[in-house]
Amino acid sequence: MADQPSVVVSRQQINLIGLAKTDYKGAPTTLCAGCGHNSISNQIIAACYELNIAPECLVKFSGIGCSSKSPTYFLGRSFSFNGLHGRMPSIALGGLFADLSLKGIGVSGDGDTASIGLGQFKHLVRRNVPMVYIVENNGVYGLTKGQFSATAERGLSLKKQGTNPYTPVDIAMEAMISNATFVARSFAGDPKQVKELIKAALSHNGIAVLDIISPCVTFNNQDQAIHSYNWGRDHEAPLHELSFVPARDEIMVEDFQEGDLKEVTLHDGSVVILKKLETDYDPTDRWQAMRMLEEAHSNNWLTTGLIYVDVTPPSFFDLYNLPDQPLNRMKEDQIRPKRKTIDEINTWFY
Amino acid sequence: MTGKNTYAVVQAEDEIAAIGMAVGAGWAGLRAMTATSGPGLSLMTEYAGLAYYSEVPVVIWDIQRVGPSTGLPTRTAQADLTEIYFLSHGDTQHIMLFPGSVNECFDFGWKAFDIAERMQAPVFVLSDLDLGMNLWMSNPFEYPDRPMDRGKVLWEEDITRLNGEWSRYLDVDGDGIPFRTIPGNKHPRGGYFNRGTGHDENARYTEDPEVWERMMNRLRKKYETARTFLPEPVLRSKDGAKAGIIAFGSSDPAVQEAQDDLEKAGMPLDYLRVRAIPFNQLVEKYIQDHSEIFVVEMNRDGQLCQILTINYPAYAERFKSAAHADGMPLTARWIRETILALKENENG
Repeated sequence: MADQPSVVVSRQQINLIGLAKTDYKGAPTTLCAGCGHNSISNQIIAACYELNIAPECLVKFSGIGCSSKSPTYFLGRSFSFNGLHGRMPSIALGGLFADLSLKGIGVSGDGDTASIGLGQFKHLVRRNVPMVYIVENNGVYGLTKGQFSATAERGLSLKKQGTNPYTPVDIAMEAMISNATFVARSFAGDPKQVKELIKAALSHNGIAVLDIISPCVTFNNQDQAIHSYNWGRDHEAPLHELSFVPARDEIMVEDFQEGDLKEVTLHDGSVVILKKLETDYDPTDRWQAMRMLEEAHSNNWLTTGLIYVDVTPPSFFDLYNLPDQPLNRMKEDQIRPKRKTIDEINTWFY
Repeated sequence: MTGKNTYAVVQAEDEIAAIGMAVGAGWAGLRAMTATSGPGLSLMTEYAGLAYYSEVPVVIWDIQRVGPSTGLPTRTAQADLTEIYFLSHGDTQHIMLFPGSVNECFDFGWKAFDIAERMQAPVFVLSDLDLGMNLWMSNPFEYPDRPMDRGKVLWEEDITRLNGEWSRYLDVDGDGIPFRTIPGNKHPRGGYFNRGTGHDENARYTEDPEVWERMMNRLRKKYETARTFLPEPVLRSKDGAKAGIIAFGSSDPAVQEAQDDLEKAGMPLDYLRVRAIPFNQLVEKYIQDHSEIFVVEMNRDGQLCQILTINYPAYAERFKSAAHADGMPLTARWIRETILALKENENG
């Protein structure tokens, strides 16, 4: 549209498809300064720029809440659908049928996903709809003055809310239980890991759930709160050091000399390289993933990284025997049944 | 298509997801529909409002049963009219179709998609349990008599031709219907941000009072345009009739029989079967031409009568409600006796 930037300024750095980083920008953010969500938006921009994904080849989806406003603030040239509270998954599922060459990215929050949207979230996950599903998780409803959300830890005390008496919903665990094929947890204060995970998620042929702790600087950022910057900086414990290598790049092993390496090859031939840190962690081991999440939950650990990945199951759209040509570009003679079809149907009845 | 499917059927987890999927697909340029009955429709309300306001084509079939609540789920009624007429919070106006036979269900099946894509709006088709779940005699289905109408869609070459200058919600043609693009359009200026929040002609968020009112008034204009795209009412007249019947949907055979009986009893009445809301101009003319209108329908409150009264307040006194709902289809006898009784009351 007329108001959106599309001119590539000369001498600006461009990627392999000739786009500058400014081509990936959105409108200026209206979220609070320092909001974790802005950091995540920036990493989405960086990931898409570095992966040479044209904004037109990606569709954004969101629900309702601070998180769900953020698609306005990145990839302004992309199509986007801001749906209803907790009902983004169904919109994305329907929308992505139209052109299977498009990548889908959904941005949700802990209220949008873990409360009103828990049902649609889990059904999207169990169907393995190929898209990136980011939960910007801060434990509170920031848009309505900071009430506890379903992911707030038990015992969290906030000045205006009192003490949270309920046990939290663990989004990564919910995804695991629903047979997600790609589950990660990260921290908005760790932009490099966020970016590498987004890149890997964009290459996965299935649902990729990213539960990203994204502090709410206005309502839930005290030092002892699990969703705060300080807690995250002091307590984040990565499972591994994670690097994404796109399919076209040769892997230079010398870049990864120290320590044990694990490689996970994704659907499009790209590779995630996981460098061992303190302990061995195998993200293809479902039981280890669940055990790790359970331990993290009971000990208040912020364990981050690629928790689980399985590249083998078919994606949702693989089950539908659809043609390569996008359904939404089909002409009448391709989608309207022939006259003889109706004659046949009539013969069943008469 | 070399053995590949050019369609997809998804069994959704619930009605909210069902309409969400259909709205997502409709937005992305697919012809999408879902079918439900009254309780499901209640669940679909929020997305119906979003589809109306952000102008997404989608088709929703309501096979009406007896409500409120779970009501009589195995029995028939025509009692979701006012629900759909006012569906959603805020100001909405919805397109409603009323098939009266199995053949019309088939025809409205494809016509509803044409209308939804032309009007960029949800289209509600109100069948009922009697029509939808019982065995009926019907004529053979007829092949569509015209090409598909995919509505106002811009592709890459169109936007290039316009030098990138287009606006998602601008009324270019004066009919209230804007142009849209659909995901997959690779022109750098092809995309837009679909939202249920207040937006201007370029789909940008705004709370500007003038813009809000301008957008809502354009939607009203679009609804006016819809009148000319919808199935016309069907007139069945009788010689010497000064008064008339208005009815809709599956009561058609019973109404026709009652109309014939009343003629024999010395009370010739015309009969107009409305097939869509917003009403065609012919409905207004019919009301003008008849001193008295018996509105026959299968519900307690006379819902069509209420909607007619809202639309034609100047003729409100002409409408006489003949409404009845007990879960069973209307009978010709009940219609005949009710109209005679209404007439009696008037004379008495």
